[in-house]
Amino acid sequence: MNCEQTQALLPAHIDGELGLPESIALEQHLQSCPSCRAELASQQALRAAIQKRTPYFNAPNQLENRIRAALPSAPAQPKENRQAWWRTWSWPQLGAAFTSVAAIVLSVSLYVATPSATDLLAQDVVANHVRSLMVDHLSDVASSDQHTVKPWFNGKIDFAPTVQDLTAQGFPLIGGRLDYLDRRPVAALVYHHKKHVINVYIWPMDKPQTRDVKTLSLQGYHLAYWSKDGMMYWAVSDTSQKNLMGLVALLQQQS
Amino acid sequence: MPHLHAAYNLARWLVRSEQDAQDIVQEAYLRAFKFFDSFKGDDARPWLLTIVRNTSYSHLEKNRSHATQFLALDEALDGISMEGSATLLNQLDNNPEAILARMDEQRFFHQALEQLPIEFREALVLRELENLSYKEISVVAGIPIGTVMSRLARARKLLLECLTRMQSGAIG
Repeated sequence: MNCEQTQALLPAHIDGELGLPESIALEQHLQSCPSCRAELASQQALRAAIQKRTPYFNAPNQLENRIRAALPSAPAQPKENRQAWWRTWSWPQLGAAFTSVAAIVLSVSLYVATPSATDLLAQDVVANHVRSLMVDHLSDVASSDQHTVKPWFNGKIDFAPTVQDLTAQGFPLIGGRLDYLDRRPVAALVYHHKKHVINVYIWPMDKPQTRDVKTLSLQGYHLAYWSKDGMMYWAVSDTSQKNLMGLVALLQQQS
Repeated sequence: MPHLHAAYNLARWLVRSEQDAQDIVQEAYLRAFKFFDSFKGDDARPWLLTIVRNTSYSHLEKNRSHATQFLALDEALDGISMEGSATLLNQLDNNPEAILARMDEQRFFHQALEQLPIEFREALVLRELENLSYKEISVVAGIPIGTVMSRLARARKLLLECLTRMQSGAIG
């Protein structure tokens, strides 16, 4: 390697982006060339100074809250549409099209109703699931070992979720994280199934009761929820309903 | 919300305004939320930074009257560095360490980097502040990997030149 080639590759060398053969050739040239060595030292000094002295702007504290507040929450939309629908219709038109309107109102109200607490929670669960994927924040403790994941929750939440690795059954445990649902901190367990991520949220109920599994679908996600031994469970994934129920059945078996 | 600082830092350097940077990051996260389906990669950070970068550019484009001011400055700077830089840089090459020792303060680097044309500023921020690899930078900035290297090398030289000019300005 000559001086010209070396000078051309110096920036990549400093950035640690050279392949091994080029690196070796370049090092060899540097051994024998004081002027290229001086150039290397200069560039390294400059890079170090830039890294050290260029200010890094951290996001202001309130920005995260602002974004969370602006994130779309699905509930309000159908209701608004319905109101807008009513407003744009005048009474004569309504009378003329009474039959169809009645049909529409009936189907819309059946579909929309007033969002129940469960619907709102389901929307929260889906939004939470999506966020966990979107911001690359699946797990705070990444481990397939239930004995690592379970103690991790100690001191972070005031209950002890049951943690079970189900790799043998086709649902490897990926890890766990602390999350926030239903206005309280909850444990989130992350399972994989054939490249799909399944989030399982667990928290203690205010009024302990046992309820059978119910399922619903929202925005293309399948959800299942049940309660057992005073704990509320919500599972959500984009995997098929059948696969999700497979995991649910396993989780219900655990003591 | 991970990557929020990285997102804000990039937007803040690109648009050079705290308020605008906040608006851009919010818009970028909402867009990311909407299009997360199209994201298949392993690392969300370069993907998110790409959205922040593109949102910043459209913001600058929209506020062109505001931006032209900067653009004029950028071009002026670019012109100088193209023509007059050969001798200046040669002097520098002899002893950049001395310049760096004298300009040993954050505010000088802050000011110098803010004056660089946007494509060089962007490359330096992604590399030196976010530690992105050449490959990741090429994705975020939408340029070939070979260009990443030459752009970074030129950006560092321009920054040093800026510091030198600031220093002689301060003295003279």
